[in-house]
Amino acid sequence: MSINHNLLVEVAVSGMFYGTPLVFASVGEVITERSGVLNLGVEGMMLMGAAAGSWASIHISGSNPWVLFCATIIGAAAAALVALLHAFLVVTLRVNQIVAGLALTIFAGGAGLSSFLANSWNLAAKPAPHQFQELSVFGWKNAPIIGPLLFHHNVMVYFSWIVVGATSWYLFRTRAGLHLRSVGESPHTADAMGLNVARIRYVNTMVGGALAGVGGVYFSLLIVPTWVDGMTQGRGWIALALVIFGFWRPGLAMIGAYLFGAFASLGLTLQARNVHISPDLLDALPYLMTIVVLIIVSNSGARKRLGAPAALGQPFIRDER
Amino acid sequence: MRSIAFERRTNTPKWLRIAVPMFGIAIALVLGAMLLAWTGHATTGTYRQILHRGFTDPGTFATTLVAATPLLFTGLTAAIAYRMGVFNIGGEGQLFIGAMFASFVGLGLGSAPTVVVVASMILAGAVGGSLWASIAAVLRDRFRCNEIITTLMLNYLAGILIQYLIFSSHSYWRELTGTGALFPQGRMLSERAQWPNPHIGGTPVPFGFIVGISFAVLIFVLLRSTRFGYRVRVIADAPAAAKYAGINARRTTFAVLALSGAMAGIGGASDVGDFRHTLDPKGLQQAGYGYTGIVVAALGRLNPIAVVFVAILMGGLNTAGLALQGPDFPAGLVGTLQGLLLFCTLGGEGLARYRIVIRRRAGSASRSAAPRSSSPRSAASPTEAPGLATGEVGG
Repeated sequence: MSINHNLLVEVAVSGMFYGTPLVFASVGEVITERSGVLNLGVEGMMLMGAAAGSWASIHISGSNPWVLFCATIIGAAAAALVALLHAFLVVTLRVNQIVAGLALTIFAGGAGLSSFLANSWNLAAKPAPHQFQELSVFGWKNAPIIGPLLFHHNVMVYFSWIVVGATSWYLFRTRAGLHLRSVGESPHTADAMGLNVARIRYVNTMVGGALAGVGGVYFSLLIVPTWVDGMTQGRGWIALALVIFGFWRPGLAMIGAYLFGAFASLGLTLQARNVHISPDLLDALPYLMTIVVLIIVSNSGARKRLGAPAALGQPFIRDER
Repeated sequence: MRSIAFERRTNTPKWLRIAVPMFGIAIALVLGAMLLAWTGHATTGTYRQILHRGFTDPGTFATTLVAATPLLFTGLTAAIAYRMGVFNIGGEGQLFIGAMFASFVGLGLGSAPTVVVVASMILAGAVGGSLWASIAAVLRDRFRCNEIITTLMLNYLAGILIQYLIFSSHSYWRELTGTGALFPQGRMLSERAQWPNPHIGGTPVPFGFIVGISFAVLIFVLLRSTRFGYRVRVIADAPAAAKYAGINARRTTFAVLALSGAMAGIGGASDVGDFRHTLDPKGLQQAGYGYTGIVVAALGRLNPIAVVFVAILMGGLNTAGLALQGPDFPAGLVGTLQGLLLFCTLGGEGLARYRIVIRRRAGSASRSAAPRSSSPRSAASPTEAPGLATGEVGG
């Protein structure tokens, strides 16, 4: 057995594989929440992305990479449209963000629009004809340890790294990111500076939705890969917990996503090695871990310094302070 | 140059309070029809079928009441908690644990008189549900954990727990003889432990539904005219005032979450006693009562009495959805319609709080320059939800 079949390496690799959709969704939610909008509808947006991506992979013809590219874009666009609905409700109509987000999940979620559209389009009948495959970057997939960890993933994993890097740069190194954060921290100040609070919140809510949609495409064209109602199995909610875990920072959210992915896939990994642990306990582990991590994060002294955007969840009404 | 601005209404006229939800429902139905047409389904035909199979066909109303019963309880679960700004979305898990506790008692007391069994099952369900909700309450109180996330994680854990009891253990709940030796399933309650179905006006009404209505009335009174209800309202609407008045917000939050969980737990007890007569993890998880309860509470504007009627409406929609499911009526249509209803009424409610004013930009004497009262948030009436459509999200 080569060193690449080491248990630690396998757990890390599957953690990355199963954590990647959470990276997209939680980084998207970081962007949205940084602008002061809480969108609890991540699960619904992911499922819309999954359904639209699955539709595209069946109905678009062309080479494999082209179809997958289009499917990802279409999945992202579908989820962004759903996010637009949320933005309209909470930014323009000032509906309570928690209630609107819950409504969004019920509307688009596993028993809602995503299921309705997928069943109307008959997506469940067949496996996706185009699916993402593992690459061997530079042909180094068998290199000891770093091969499986860095050079033997599907293209979405690499894309998620770009997204994390670009988001960090956008949030903390660009003027647009500064504007975005100021809208999330103090919309009245931002408004006085001449920023268009509503527009910034609209745009970033939709960007967050688009990334959640990419996370959904990962399910319907990679993990499952066909349509199943409610196929994301609550991962959208985990993404919301990861935002808190990651102190509203993309890099930390990614680490959290990989940890969750590792816990969620531990059962499969151990089963392949004939280690028998109660499958129910393993199923429960990621949810238990999320609670434990939330306890640690919520209680630590770091929370004050690194906490949530100050105006998170609050509507902006110019004439009222 | 003209611009459109929103101006907060100082008082909402009465006609608007009726007209806005009606208008919202109409818009939702139109949007739903557009969606149906776009996906190549019959529009008015589908609506007519829903109306028939959910409400007007002879005999279906009894089924609708059965479907409405758990939604009534989970609707109350959400309504109580949200009224105080505590976002318990754990109705689902609290209902599972309530069903687990109630079936334990129901199986154990199988030969006792029906009155004793039913009362014990209700009590057991309430205890189970509020215990499960208390976990989230402790986490919120001691560790400042966001209850939205914790109650949600607890839903999954409760689902895994009841699944373990029936599918991967030889627990007290599991049937091990007969067909149970072949397929994992729960033990059935004895006939005496099954809840009665009194006939009212020729329609069999699940006993749980009557219990639910009683609780709705009780909670309405509790929130409206007791000291406890007053505290809940002050904490929700003016946390700072509550602090100065010396109201113990921690204790009240605990009580509200426990009561909220107890409602879901009784919903679980009713599911076992009225409907399935066994602990059925798969059936419970597929039904999604807890999440639909959130829709029920929001559409009922967190008013316990309104929750009863909305639960019947949603129960009818679900019944129709199950009866009609097929190529002409794909799964997910009911959820989509529920979501549209929710969006449109929420949006309408948000809109009704503001007056749309078109004003000229260049500060000339326009209408909006007229003196406006500084619009303090009008004292909220006891059972209506000021925080639902607008306002800040409690930390």
